[in-house]
Amino acid sequence: MQPSDANKHPRGSFAVSSRRGFLGQLGIAGLAAAAPPSAGSAEASPAELTEHYIPASAVPVSLRVNGVRHDLRLDPRTTLLDALREHLHLTGTKKGCDHGQCGACTVHIDGRRINACLCLAVMHDGDQITTIEGLGAPEKLHPMQAAFLASDAYQCGYCTPGQIMSATALMKEPCGPSDAAVKEAMSGNICRCGAYVNILEAIQTVRKAS
Amino acid sequence: MDSFRYVRAQDDAHAIALARRAKTAQQGADIRYIAGGTTLVDLMKLDVERPQTLIDITHLPLTEVKAAPGGGVEIGAMVRNSDLAHHPLIQRGYPVLSEALLSGASAQLRNKATTGGNLLQRTRCMYFRDVALPCNKREPGSGCGAITGINRMMAILGGSEHCIATNPSDMNVALAALEAMVHIEGASGRRAIPIADFHLLPGETPQRETVLQPGDLVSHIVLPPAAPGSRSTYLKLRDRASYEFALASAAVVATVESGRIQRVRIAMGGVGTKPWRFIEAELMLTGMPATTASYKQVAAAALKDARPQSQNGFKVALAQRCLVHALRQATQTV
Repeated sequence: MQPSDANKHPRGSFAVSSRRGFLGQLGIAGLAAAAPPSAGSAEASPAELTEHYIPASAVPVSLRVNGVRHDLRLDPRTTLLDALREHLHLTGTKKGCDHGQCGACTVHIDGRRINACLCLAVMHDGDQITTIEGLGAPEKLHPMQAAFLASDAYQCGYCTPGQIMSATALMKEPCGPSDAAVKEAMSGNICRCGAYVNILEAIQTVRKAS
Repeated sequence: MDSFRYVRAQDDAHAIALARRAKTAQQGADIRYIAGGTTLVDLMKLDVERPQTLIDITHLPLTEVKAAPGGGVEIGAMVRNSDLAHHPLIQRGYPVLSEALLSGASAQLRNKATTGGNLLQRTRCMYFRDVALPCNKREPGSGCGAITGINRMMAILGGSEHCIATNPSDMNVALAALEAMVHIEGASGRRAIPIADFHLLPGETPQRETVLQPGDLVSHIVLPPAAPGSRSTYLKLRDRASYEFALASAAVVATVESGRIQRVRIAMGGVGTKPWRFIEAELMLTGMPATTASYKQVAAAALKDARPQSQNGFKVALAQRCLVHALRQATQTV
């Protein structure tokens, strides 16, 4: 396992010209324009500008995410979801309700699916965390990702990472073969576009193939 | 969310020594244990709970489900809800508990929530969860918004003029029907409390929900030996087919001999301010023929003291039908 310097650069599969990258650049430009002129500010790198304020009460936390160790200092209030998104820039995991009701933030901790929004990051020091970024890559999709594509199992896509993380964990859980059993097991993932029929099809396709 | 100090408990004694300094173990406690966090982190984000110290007890060795010395099963407080629901000792001997657990929350939450945490799960009353609204449970003396407000989900049994919030746990309903014992380690030693006495009625102090004192740590729950030949069911009625709290639910454990009820235990959820055990109905039903007619008679008597609110009169009939249906399922009465 390789340690990494976590707060430096956004990482992810779509680094070249993604919407997030574009919006991020806009934000930086805005900040630079608004900031009073000072030495070096014009050359400030994205990492410096997005660096987090670390309060005195911050505690050391070592998160093992997708096989990489990240040594962080976090305010104890930081949820695992915010640590992933805001500190490690792993923005595949989505924030929906932030109260454990929608499932958009579903990740695996030691192989089990949980809601990252209700986890305090400090409580998961040393745990093995898997996010959607660790499941597959654009050139080598996880079978569940491929099945979601093939079945058109989404519309807006916001709930999709959570749906896929839930569905891949479901493969290892006690769950009957019926559609009804899968619907029950997936009830913690809400899709406001209502792509449930195709989500079910994608999951059952993978289950039948395995 | 307010700032807090985070401490990882080294062992039970360490946890208790830290927590006994709390001003209260009830609503608004300044020092809180945290395990799964599915209730506490949620309420901290809402500013309903604002602890200054969190004691992480997830590393305490309370993670076993094992046969208890005198028969029965001992469940560690830190056992995850999903692990408990799928444990062979529970699935074989206490399927009602397994069914109740699996009917609650979502797979993700059950992977995180613990036995002790579920026991202490807080109400879903919207007035309790919104700090802009009056709530005697959250802020004693501020009034109950639900009594004159939106009360469709509220309790019809055990309410007071100060609070009508339901206990939302499915697990607790099954534990009540199974007559579980709650084992507590505290500043003054160990004690065991029957589940029926563990939760308190709101009365004039709805902010006090359990018998827990500062420092008290729920260590494990013991289920007594399963009644020989008994059958059970957990029936949950709700607005959605899944991932929703009960409007009415029933846990029934019954033994039928020669067509008559020999022994029965009944508890209900979604209707009471605590997990509601129906001892009078159990006594009445014992010896009666195991028929739908008997169940209807007993269910009517069981709910005779129900006090519905302006929007939940339907819960009286719903609870009766829920109980009749659960008794029929458990005794396989067609």
